[in-house]
Amino acid sequence: MSFAKHLISGTNFDAGSLTALQKITLRAVVMSFLFYGLASIEGTLMRVALVNPNIPPIEGSASHYFSIMTVHPIVGIFGSTYQLVFAAFMFLIPFLTKKPLYSVGLANFVWINITVGTALAWIAAFIWHYAPLYTLYWPLPADVGQFSTIGGVVFIVGVALIMIGTLAFIYNIYATIFARVGVHANKTTKELLISGFGIDGMLNLINKLRGKPPYTKEPALSLPVVAIFRGTVDTFLDALVILGAGILVLAYLLADLSGATWNVHAIDALLYKNFFWWGLDLVADGLVLIYVAGTWYLLATIITGQKLFMENVARAALLLELVVSWMVWSHHLLGDQGQPEMMKLISGEMVTAFELLTQGLALFITLVTLWKARPLKMTFELKYLLGGLVGFGLAVPAAIIQADMGMNRVLHNTQWIIGAHVHIALLVGLYMTLYSAVYVLWPMLTNETRLYSTKLSNAHFWLHLIGGIGMGAFMGMAGLDGMLRRHFYMNGEYHTFMVFAAICAVMLVTAWLLFLLNIVLSVGIKGLIGIFLPAEDETATFGIDPQPSVVAAARK
Amino acid sequence: MTFATSVELLKFHWVAYSIYALIIISVVAWFAYNLTRPNKAKSIVRIPFYGYIGFLVAGGVGHHIFTYNSIPWVSEDIMRHELKPDRTFDIEIADHKFKLPGQMKVNVGERVYFNAKSHDLVYGFGLFRQDGSMVSQMQVNPGTRNDLMWTFNECGEFDVMSTEYSGPGGNDMKVKKALVVTGCDDQKKGA
Ligand code: HEM
Repeated sequence: MSFAKHLISGTNFDAGSLTALQKITLRAVVMSFLFYGLASIEGTLMRVALVNPNIPPIEGSASHYFSIMTVHPIVGIFGSTYQLVFAAFMFLIPFLTKKPLYSVGLANFVWINITVGTALAWIAAFIWHYAPLYTLYWPLPADVGQFSTIGGVVFIVGVALIMIGTLAFIYNIYATIFARVGVHANKTTKELLISGFGIDGMLNLINKLRGKPPYTKEPALSLPVVAIFRGTVDTFLDALVILGAGILVLAYLLADLSGATWNVHAIDALLYKNFFWWGLDLVADGLVLIYVAGTWYLLATIITGQKLFMENVARAALLLELVVSWMVWSHHLLGDQGQPEMMKLISGEMVTAFELLTQGLALFITLVTLWKARPLKMTFELKYLLGGLVGFGLAVPAAIIQADMGMNRVLHNTQWIIGAHVHIALLVGLYMTLYSAVYVLWPMLTNETRLYSTKLSNAHFWLHLIGGIGMGAFMGMAGLDGMLRRHFYMNGEYHTFMVFAAICAVMLVTAWLLFLLNIVLSVGIKGLIGIFLPAEDETATFGIDPQPSVVAAARK
Repeated sequence: MTFATSVELLKFHWVAYSIYALIIISVVAWFAYNLTRPNKAKSIVRIPFYGYIGFLVAGGVGHHIFTYNSIPWVSEDIMRHELKPDRTFDIEIADHKFKLPGQMKVNVGERVYFNAKSHDLVYGFGLFRQDGSMVSQMQVNPGTRNDLMWTFNECGEFDVMSTEYSGPGGNDMKVKKALVVTGCDDQKKGA
């Protein structure tokens, strides 16, 4: 088949055969990858500006540079990763529990809200150069002397829409998990809750140590569902905090629009930082780490077709991570001298160090599960999973090193933090894991559509892996030489590192383009449009006999 | 082992972390290779589960014990309200500008107390060598105490820069050669 024919019709993809559940999942996946592309282009523009500040479109303008830096993480974290993770989980929960998704309508509401919200935040930065950065350190977001008030209102409304979409996702997930239908028809809410929090795993371990029979042989919820349940608790708390901060900023901005001048110093900047970082850290240390651990377990069991190694320990570790993730935010405030020393020591250093344990455990369990099943075929899902393990294997120890009162004094707010830690964790750890999930789910979501080219998939894998690790490494080295993050260097400082980091950024963008090309040539433009048309088959389950694809075929 | 300056610490960190990074990448690469081999590879080492957990705990806790004992500014920071400084400098920040007490002059080995106050936004206070590397820093929040105690074990001229974003207007917040440390014999000379 010719290139043009693939471009229009794909390989063997038939959007008409998709169920409602498959369609809502794919819609969010499509939006997620478009937003990922936007984030990576924005990132590359900043990288290039750090090599030569005068190159368009930034052209040496600090306000343009920082407005890009403000929306870049909003587009990346919410527009892309949130959407992808939410899409995968709204498909996986019905698939794993063999129950229908609570509401397809609500799932549509989620992706539309997050998409519109992200677009609004982007517009606020693009048109009005609203640039308080995503950390919104008080009183910067309400600084109407520096930023347009209207721009601020549009930005905050955008973020609020994202959070409302997030709350809708949470409702949909919990309503599905707690629905007492199908295999859970005879379970009580208490049994589902105990399993959701991982308490049954803990009780099984205790009983084993005491020589007693296990608390339960067949836990009510499978392990990946437990991880999704647990991570979603943090997603909820985090949404409340970000919404709360948004309401505060909005109140000040609206007061300004109405002609009133409210004193920004009525809000204590350090207290606000604590509140905001408590919430924001739940994204990084709660949501990401727990969702990722759960996804590793799921992928390892699907790839090997075997049970997870040390499943009870994994369940109990998820409970431990619950407590840990709520108590670690002070590692972001080690450079704040007003922060009580005890909080720096206990929350910032000691409890944070536990993350080495919980994440190290997840890495170990996943590796041993794979090892026990060898020889395995090096499929794309396995390759990306291993890439994800390398990402966190690099980024988590980097985090533990910097969460230290001695090291943080010279690492805080440098390129080390945002490169060696954040971008390696996100681009290599998180995205590689998510790509693995995409390859695992692809046949289920697209009714066995053939991928256009494995060569393109391979090129994507290597460019993304090398570009991701490389960019993190060069940023990290520049950071150790004193290069700050969140600073627009315009006089050729740290030039060699910046050139190499920019080359890596171009590799990342190229990788994304190749991935996109492969998907478009597999699905076709017709198929892409078809994903967004209403589904004929309203099935909101997957994997329950008869298969939706079988039903669709029978209908035809 | 004691690190007298941040340069020594960061060099050590560079080497140690690079070695670690190469090891973890190689281990996963080795693992990936052996996962696919038809004849089952023997593990080079058998890692007992509890041994591994012990290793993680020891790593997480041991790292802080190591830095507490080898980095002089950790205990100095924790005890800074009990220690008597040799010199105190008050720094004010407002409207994206530093107000410094003239050029700050310090003798090597002196314990200096920086007391910074922001009148509007969140800023940072960072000291940098002429080659751009960082000596030390803290965040400067409006409304709360921002104090940093630092013993200078190196000589040279140091720039002051804001280490926190405070809006595009804060991008130029840099005072060249704002602090000078003298009194080193040639061997000890820093930046
Ligand atoms: C190809 C991809 C990417 C490139 C080239 C890139 C590049 C950059 C650059 C140059 C910065 C500014 C660093 C500085 O402070 O000097 C940055 C910041 C950041 N990026 Fe990325 N990035 C990419 C992808 C992503 C993605 C996908 C996410 C999220 C999922 C992300 C999250 C962040 C965050 C949270 C910040 C910090 C912003 C701040 O300090 O306020 N990046 N990135």
